[in-house]
Amino acid sequence: MKAALPGKGKKAKTDATEEIWNLRLYVAGQTPKSLTAFANLKKICEEHLAGKYRIEVIDLLKNPQLAKGDQIIAIPTLVRKLPEPLKKIIGDLANTERVLVGLDIRSVSG
Amino acid sequence: MVKEKHDVDVLGKCPTGIRGLDEITKGGLPRGRPTLICGGAGSGKTLLAMEFLMRGAMEYGEPGVFMTFEETSEDLAKNFISLGFDLPDMVSRGLIATDHVKIERSEVEETGEYDLEGLFIRLGNAIDSIGAKRVVLDTIEALFSGLSNAAILRAELRRLFQWLKERGMTAIVTGESGDKTLTRYGLEEYVADCVILLDFRIQEQISTRRLRIVKYRGSSHGSDEYPFLIDERGVSILPITSLGLDYPVSTEHISTGVPKLDAMLAGKGFYRGSTILVSGTAGTGKTSLATTFADAACLRGERCLYFAFEESPRQIIRNMGSIGIDLARWVKKGLLKFHAARPSLYGLEMHLVTFHKVIEEFNPQVFIVDPISNLINAGTASEVKSILTRLIDYLKMKQISTFLTDLTHFGGSLEHTSEEISSLIDTWLLLRDIELNGERNRGLYILKSRGMAHSNQIQEFLLTNQGIGLIDIYTGSGEVLTGSARAAQETGEKASELAARREADRRLREQESKRKVLEAKIAALRAEFDVESEELHLMAEEERKRQSVLAEDRLEMAHLRKGKPSAPQAKRSKKKRKGE
Repeated sequence: MKAALPGKGKKAKTDATEEIWNLRLYVAGQTPKSLTAFANLKKICEEHLAGKYRIEVIDLLKNPQLAKGDQIIAIPTLVRKLPEPLKKIIGDLANTERVLVGLDIRSVSG
Repeated sequence: MVKEKHDVDVLGKCPTGIRGLDEITKGGLPRGRPTLICGGAGSGKTLLAMEFLMRGAMEYGEPGVFMTFEETSEDLAKNFISLGFDLPDMVSRGLIATDHVKIERSEVEETGEYDLEGLFIRLGNAIDSIGAKRVVLDTIEALFSGLSNAAILRAELRRLFQWLKERGMTAIVTGESGDKTLTRYGLEEYVADCVILLDFRIQEQISTRRLRIVKYRGSSHGSDEYPFLIDERGVSILPITSLGLDYPVSTEHISTGVPKLDAMLAGKGFYRGSTILVSGTAGTGKTSLATTFADAACLRGERCLYFAFEESPRQIIRNMGSIGIDLARWVKKGLLKFHAARPSLYGLEMHLVTFHKVIEEFNPQVFIVDPISNLINAGTASEVKSILTRLIDYLKMKQISTFLTDLTHFGGSLEHTSEEISSLIDTWLLLRDIELNGERNRGLYILKSRGMAHSNQIQEFLLTNQGIGLIDIYTGSGEVLTGSARAAQETGEKASELAARREADRRLREQESKRKVLEAKIAALRAEFDVESEELHLMAEEERKRQSVLAEDRLEMAHLRKGKPSAPQAKRSKKKRKGE
């Protein structure tokens, strides 16, 4: 769960994608919501950001002090560290549309 | 802080250390449970919560977590400094942990299911890091504006409060007042144990903060609205109903500072811890009497607190210097403390909160309010009575002798204006004008003095450069006289007495001279008599001589007739001498 996985698969569709998407997913233990969120995130990234994203999963049960830094209150929370600006999406990421809007991917790809 | 003993320990209570709050909650907030403090903007919720945490850490050895949803840690530190608490230092000593929870709705997108486990983890982490026993969440309602899924929020809040209870945290949750509900988002639904409402209202341009315990499950509590004060030392709440009539009483007497007045009060003065009221119109010497009492207290080494509502302390010190009372030395020694304020500065209740606060700080044995009537005018009669009852009960509990002056109005009955408070007064002195013969004099008498045989005489009250003097007023010849009339009467009496004495002296002298005259007469008569006797004696001698000469002459004549009558004279004289 806490592995940082570089994406692979299809190339990105746009040219403004030299940078790496640095995403951080905060969870608290392997709850169903967390697992769902991770699976959803993985799927979206593979579809839209293949090859240029990095997902870092942080388990707050193991590192509770990290919650303060990114102002985490809800679980699960996805934080887009890069590219700037910082964005947060809370919830299990079930609604792909909203995740894309939240991460600002739709505009990039569209 | 007076901590009340509470024998029922079914519900553990967590002392807040906030002045007055522990009294009205009978021991503090419910231990191990959350308490909701709600109120409008600027009503002092955060401050109260902060003080709860700080006092817990410093006075009760209970570290605390301050989780703020509104202010950054820097702002928080500034707020704490304003109460005199060094937050960074407390944090570094592990007494307080702070966490600023920031929710920016614009940065957050919500999609699908979530919970607030992150918040729990942060709070749990903060609690564990210092072994906290107290928690403040200020203001957790911010979550509602930061997150849109109210259903999740409500469920999570319920879980949060349950969780806090399970962890045994004594928590304060603050909430903004709503229109019809206690809090805008109905937090009172979740916090069922204790709800405190803070209120900030303005009446006649004077603001008063009030606190009310809306509910306190499983505990009795004061149910009134209590005024409270926020100052550089934090929150002070004035307990109202927690006092009763079971205070201790003293049989010790303390001097009034005027020996003659002591004499009028059973010879010993006021009872310690009693309440004394001096009524009088303007310029009858109330302040002088009050400062004399203060001076006497300081002479005994007692501490005296003087609330001046009319004059500045310096003016009082200067003025009292003119009647020979040096108050400046007591101020310098720290025995006398002045507290001057305009009565209109704030509301009646706030004055009383101030009284409480200053009394707690200074701990005096003698407490003077000069004059209390200015306060009385600030409220309605019932308000005044209830408030003064509380104040006097409080002072009696603390065995503080209270001296109140009361300015009555010209023309009105002296007793009238104070009738609201007369039942609270133990010793009531009246100063009144006595107008007579075109001058005004002061008279003093004791209207009542509980528990002692006191004088019923009106005394003339004099202000001299040696202090206060009381003189028996003139009651001879069936009339009452004061001032120069008394003096004139006395002088007149003295003069006539003197005249009588002189008259007697004069008579004595007269008698004496008469005697002398008599003696002189006797002497003169005797002398006359002597002279007469002498003359008589001489005359007899002459006569005898004449007789003898006559006899001689007859003899001679006879002789001459016989002999030579031509030279009888010469011969006769020669013969007479020879014959002798």
